[in-house]
Amino acid sequence: MAIAKRSRTELATQRFEYAPAPESTDHVKIEKRYDLFIGGRMVKAHSQKRFPTINPSNEEKLSEVVEADEVDVDRAVKAASKAFDSWSRIGASRRARYLFRISRILQERARELAVVETMDGGKPIKESRDVDIPLSAAHFFYYAGWADKLEWAFPNVKPRPIGVAGQVIPWNFPLLMLAWKIAPALAAGNTVVLKPAETTPLSALLFADICMQAELPDGVVNILTGAGKTGSLVVSHPAVRKVAFTGSTEVGKLIQRSLAGTGKRLTLELGGKAANIVFEDAPLDAAVEGIVNGIYFNQGHVCCAGSRLLVQESIFEPLLEKLKIRLGTLRLGDPLDKNTDIGAINSKAQLEKIAGLVESGVEEGAELFQPECKLPERGYWFPPTLFTNVSQSYRIAREEIFGPVLSVLTFRTPDEAVEKANNTPYGLSAGVWTDKGSRILWMAERMRAGVVWANTFNRFDPTSPFGGYKESGYGREGGLHGLLPYLELS
Amino acid sequence: MDVRKTYKLYVGGEFVRSESGRAYRPDGSVNVPRGSRKDLRDAVRAARSAVGGWSARTAMNRGQILYRAAEMLDGRRSQFVDVLGGGRASAREVEQAVEALVWYAGWTDKLAQVTGNTNPVAGPYFNFTIPEPTGVVGIVAPEEPALAGLVRRIAPALCGGNAVVVLVPESHPLPGLTLAEVLATSDLPGGVVNVLAGYRKELLPWLAAHMDVNAIDVAGCTPAEVASIEKAAADNVKRVVKRPADEMSPHLITAFMEMKTVWHPIGV
Repeated sequence: MAIAKRSRTELATQRFEYAPAPESTDHVKIEKRYDLFIGGRMVKAHSQKRFPTINPSNEEKLSEVVEADEVDVDRAVKAASKAFDSWSRIGASRRARYLFRISRILQERARELAVVETMDGGKPIKESRDVDIPLSAAHFFYYAGWADKLEWAFPNVKPRPIGVAGQVIPWNFPLLMLAWKIAPALAAGNTVVLKPAETTPLSALLFADICMQAELPDGVVNILTGAGKTGSLVVSHPAVRKVAFTGSTEVGKLIQRSLAGTGKRLTLELGGKAANIVFEDAPLDAAVEGIVNGIYFNQGHVCCAGSRLLVQESIFEPLLEKLKIRLGTLRLGDPLDKNTDIGAINSKAQLEKIAGLVESGVEEGAELFQPECKLPERGYWFPPTLFTNVSQSYRIAREEIFGPVLSVLTFRTPDEAVEKANNTPYGLSAGVWTDKGSRILWMAERMRAGVVWANTFNRFDPTSPFGGYKESGYGREGGLHGLLPYLELS
Repeated sequence: MDVRKTYKLYVGGEFVRSESGRAYRPDGSVNVPRGSRKDLRDAVRAARSAVGGWSARTAMNRGQILYRAAEMLDGRRSQFVDVLGGGRASAREVEQAVEALVWYAGWTDKLAQVTGNTNPVAGPYFNFTIPEPTGVVGIVAPEEPALAGLVRRIAPALCGGNAVVVLVPESHPLPGLTLAEVLATSDLPGGVVNVLAGYRKELLPWLAAHMDVNAIDVAGCTPAEVASIEKAAADNVKRVVKRPADEMSPHLITAFMEMKTVWHPIGV
């Protein structure tokens, strides 16, 4: 046994050298500067302010975008209002056809979109290529089919669109979050003004081009770049009747407060601090992969990331050993390289936040583990990190880090696992690893979270509703339930 | 000579005076307990302790208990007609309240079938979405109709498995306080429904801001009250339910609920 154990360790820690395998960028054309997408075309902004969007893996400037101001927001909302009259009436099957068309173009231009997503956001190309872009296309395809079937989905209540939707999305899955917002909104007959995140505007601007290519009627989709100020102008514009926000709980609360008394419809998809619970009968190797996928996927920039690992005490040591070995094999580096597992941290600000929280973990007494990992000299990087000896009261066990940092806690009984898992103001997701089907459902019943993954983690599908309990927000995206935020029922 | 009734709050399954010892007389004669912030906190605590057990009841059992509440209310028709002021309109209102209880009693074991789904995901998973109670729900009942308006909100919230804290109409508290007597004899576990009377302005801000209340129904609020509730509700991302006061719909039940999606593996 001892021999087998040692040889396994040696094998796993052996250095495998990989030749660089970067995805080429020559078929991608990024403009030097972008305007705003209003009323069906790219128009010169009123705002004179521009800011650069950079590649976080090398800090090189990719392009310059506009910080849209009040006049720009007003123009976009007016364009969307004007378009609403016809879009909500053009005939549902025609709406469906436009959405199908968009979905197809997303598939046709998948490689271009994947490369741009990776350059602008820092995520590994294998993730943008295999997850972000295909899921975005699938989302449009799914909701396209709903456009002319709403009465079947919600009988007896005359489903009707709401009007102009103001949508503000985050930087972790830029195109996918755009798809989650725009596809159901349009299927239901609304028009949209969308603001992509400050650090990742490029795929949304490419999407503007796709709307033009699809000959989507003018003004149905409008895209305004900018930072927080632009976002707040979008959600507070009086002609916006529905607001959808994905981002931090802190900003979500500000938006909920700011919309008080306006009568606007609001859905929020906010932060999380998900428990990933591993029982002693779980298939350990699969669980290790799931834990890694749960927290190191997309550098941990995932609202539903499994950032608290709850391990049954009896398997703590073998699981941790396997996990640490696995961390040592993760390849961190050039996001465009097809072998890269961990890309760049999205921004300097985020890197500082992660570093600060990790520091607090060490100060509070947790034990830090980081595999030997050479960080590139330029760009924003953080090695995969794991904390043991974590108390529930530590900041790293309570606060959303939004980075590749895992806190490991233990439990003895299923009840204790439930108690610890739910001991958070968040409630977005949870993971359960066990070989026993009845235990999966028993645990799933008790998790105060909107999504429960069993023997898997961070899995998404357009048909599967996603969204939180408690301070993780309200409303669902995906599935039949994802239509509800964009409909009036009476 | 009458044996008069002392009107009380209903908290944690018990009829209690306000801990503040205060009362007010909305109709000029009857003393009504004037609930305090402390009473409200007690009510939320009672609701929180009760919600686990109530939501764990089978849907069938919750339906039976709601139906029992309809029976109890029906048996006291004449009393409620009197409390509401008598006459045809009052009789009609009591009938509406009974009807709401019966209607929602029948929804408890159908809701998940109508508002839940299995989702055909692209992968080896059995994926399903089901509604679950959001937890503790605050209900601000409309001033009018004082009984039917209240029942039309309590019933859907209970139907979904929540525990509720109710503020009865300030100017018209007796129907709501009397309804507590119906609920107390309907096999509802103590704490599932908590009924408070008092000054709206003394209770509402604390209900709206309470960090252990998951949702608040504002059917009985003025636009200005709604605005301030929505502001305070943001502190814990409370769900603010703004729907027509006379709505009877499964979508009203789910307004007090969360949708949970489970990915269960398929394999040999």
